[in-house]
Amino acid sequence: MKKALLLISIALLMVSVMFGAESVKIGVAFPMTGGIAAFGQMTLNGVKVAQSLYPTVLGKKIELIVADNRSDKTEAANVVSRLIDYNHVVAIIGEIASSHSLAGGSIAEKKHVPMLSPASTNPLVTQGKHYVFRACFIDPFQGHVAAVFAHNYLKAKTAVVFTDVVQDYSVGLANFFIKDFTAMGGKVYREFYQSGDQDFSAQLTDALGKHPDVIYVPGYYPEIALMARQARQLGYTGPFLAGDGAEAPELVKIGGDAVNGVYYTSHFNADAPFTKIGKEFVAKYKEMYKESPSALAALGFDAYLLLRNAIQRANSTNPEKIAEALRNTKHFEGATGYITIDKYGNTIKSAVVNVVKNGKFTYVTTINP
Amino acid sequence: MSHLAQNLINGTLLGGLYALIAIGYTMVYGILRLINFAHGDILMWGVYFALYMVIALSMPWWLGFIVGIVLAGLLGFSVEKVAYRPLRNAPRISALITAIGISFFLESLAVVVFGGIPKSFNIYPKFFNKIVIFNHLRIQMLTFFILGVTFVLLFGVLWLLYRTKTGTAMRAIATDIPTTSLMGANVDNIISLTFIIGSMLAATSGIMWAMRYPQVQPYMGFVPGLKAFIAAVIGGIGSVPGAVVGGFILGMTEILVVGFFPNLAGYRDVFAYVILIVLLMFRPTGIFTVYSEQKV
Repeated sequence: MKKALLLISIALLMVSVMFGAESVKIGVAFPMTGGIAAFGQMTLNGVKVAQSLYPTVLGKKIELIVADNRSDKTEAANVVSRLIDYNHVVAIIGEIASSHSLAGGSIAEKKHVPMLSPASTNPLVTQGKHYVFRACFIDPFQGHVAAVFAHNYLKAKTAVVFTDVVQDYSVGLANFFIKDFTAMGGKVYREFYQSGDQDFSAQLTDALGKHPDVIYVPGYYPEIALMARQARQLGYTGPFLAGDGAEAPELVKIGGDAVNGVYYTSHFNADAPFTKIGKEFVAKYKEMYKESPSALAALGFDAYLLLRNAIQRANSTNPEKIAEALRNTKHFEGATGYITIDKYGNTIKSAVVNVVKNGKFTYVTTINP
Repeated sequence: MSHLAQNLINGTLLGGLYALIAIGYTMVYGILRLINFAHGDILMWGVYFALYMVIALSMPWWLGFIVGIVLAGLLGFSVEKVAYRPLRNAPRISALITAIGISFFLESLAVVVFGGIPKSFNIYPKFFNKIVIFNHLRIQMLTFFILGVTFVLLFGVLWLLYRTKTGTAMRAIATDIPTTSLMGANVDNIISLTFIIGSMLAATSGIMWAMRYPQVQPYMGFVPGLKAFIAAVIGGIGSVPGAVVGGFILGMTEILVVGFFPNLAGYRDVFAYVILIVLLMFRPTGIFTVYSEQKV
C-alpha cells in the first residue's frame, strides 16, 4: 500500500515536472479582495477570455498564476516579489491601481522582469522604468478628455474637483483636469478625501456652497458611489464626472439611483468596439460570462494578447527578450484599439465617455487624441 | 452660518454611529479588561448575517436584522469560548494578541465565505433615506433613528449593569474574578453573557453603519472599530456614558475640521489621533474616569 502510494506520488511529480517544463508561466498581480476587488475580478475575466481563445505560445501552454494584492500598496509590492522569486514567472500582468503599479513596478524593474499594467493610467508608473509597460492611455490625455467633455458637452463653467490624496491616480488625474479646464476658462474649487473614507458630508456641504455645474471625482468606485448618495441627500441634482476608476457594477449596486448622471471617461464600450478583434472579444466574453464586458475586461484581454505577441516576436521566454519585444510593439490590434508602445512604455489610444443611465453604463461619445 | 448648522447635523450623525459602536467596545473592556480588537469584525459579520438573512432567506428586513444580531451574539459566544477562555489566566498581553489574531481570522474567513467584492446593503425601507428639510437644513431620517437607538442602548446597558443581579456580577468580575466566584456567581456564564451582549451591540451598530454607508465588505469593520476604540478611550475606557460622549466628540471634530479646513480633508484621521493624544496628556484616564484603582 505504502509502496503504491509512493509510486503514484513519484509518477505525479514527474508528470507535473514534465508539464511544468512545457508551460510558460505568467504572473497576474491583481486586487482580488478589498476595496477595489471588483477591478481585479473584472480584469481577470478579460484575461481568461484571451487565454481561452489563445491558450498557447511558442507551442507551449500559457499558465497564469494569480496573486491577490488585497487592494493594499505594501501587498502590491510583496506579490510581485513572490511571483518572481517563488513562482519564477517570465512576465507579469499587473497591477491595476496606479499606486499599486508604482509599488510593484519598482520590484519588477529591479529584478528585470517585464510587468505590463492593463489599466494604470498615471504617467509616473512607467517613467524612468525599462521593464514596466501599460496597455492603456495615460492621465494627461484622460484629464484632457474630461475637461473637454465638461466644457463642451456639459457646458460647465464651475467645477468642484475631489481628490483622493492617497491615490497617485487621483492626484495626477485631478491636476491634469484642472490644468486643461482652467485653460478653457473654467473655474475650479478643490476638495479632498482618502480611499476608505465613508463620510463625505462635510466636504460636500462645502462643495455645494460653491454651486458647481459639475463635480469631478477622479477616484475609485467605492468612494464615488457613497459620495454620490450623500451628495443627492444634501440636495445636489447636477452631473458627476469621473475617470475610468468609476466603472464597476458595484458603482450602481451601492450607489443606487444616486449614481444616475455619473459620466466617466473610459477605454472601451462593448456597444461600440473599435476593432475587429474587439467584436470577437465581446462575443466570446458574452458566451463565457453571460454579460457585456467592462472596459477593464477589455484591457485585461489586451494585456494578455500584447504579452503573448511579445513572447512570439521575441521567440523566447527570457524576461529580458520579452521586455525588449514589448518595447517594440507597433500598431498591435487589441480590443481597445490599435496599440503602439512608445519608448516610455506608454500607449496612445482613443477614449470613450459613458454615463450611468437608469442603472446602466451607456455610451455617450468617443474622443480622439 | 447654514454651513455650520449643516455640518453640526452631519457631525451628529457620524458621532452617533461612533458612539453606538463604542458602547459595545467599552462594555466588554469595562468588565473583562480585554481590548477586544475583533469587535469591528464581529460588527462586519453581523452585517453579513443580516444581509444574507434578507437576500438569501428572503426574510423581512426587520426580522433579518434581529436574526443577524442574534447570530452575531452566537459568534461572540464561540469566539470567547474558543479563543479567550483558555487564556483567562494568562498575561493580559496574550489575550490582546489573540484578539488581534481573531480579528484577522474573522476578516479572512469572511473573504473566503462572502467574497472580497463589496456588496450593497440596500435591503432596508426607503423611508430611512428620506430627507427632512428644515430651514434649508437637510436631515436624513436615519439620523433620528441612529440617535434613538444609541440612547436606548446606552440606558439599556446602564440598566443592565446597575439595576440587575447579572449586572452586579459583571461589575464584580471586573474587580476580582476568584472572589466573585466564591460569592456563588457562575463566572463562566457571566463572561459568556458579556460577550454575547457585546457582540449583539456590535452587530446592531454595524447594521446602522451599513444603513448610512451601504457598502458591505470583509474589511468594513476595521476603521469603525478603530474609531470606536478611540472614542471609548477619549470617554474613559470602561465607562458607557463616556463612550457615547467620546463618540460624539470624535464624530463632530472630524466633520468640523473638514468643514472649516476643507484642504485638510485627506488627513482627517490624523485629527482623531491628535485629539486622543492631547486629551491623554491632560487626562490620562479619559473624560469619565471609572476605576481609579487597578487590581494587582
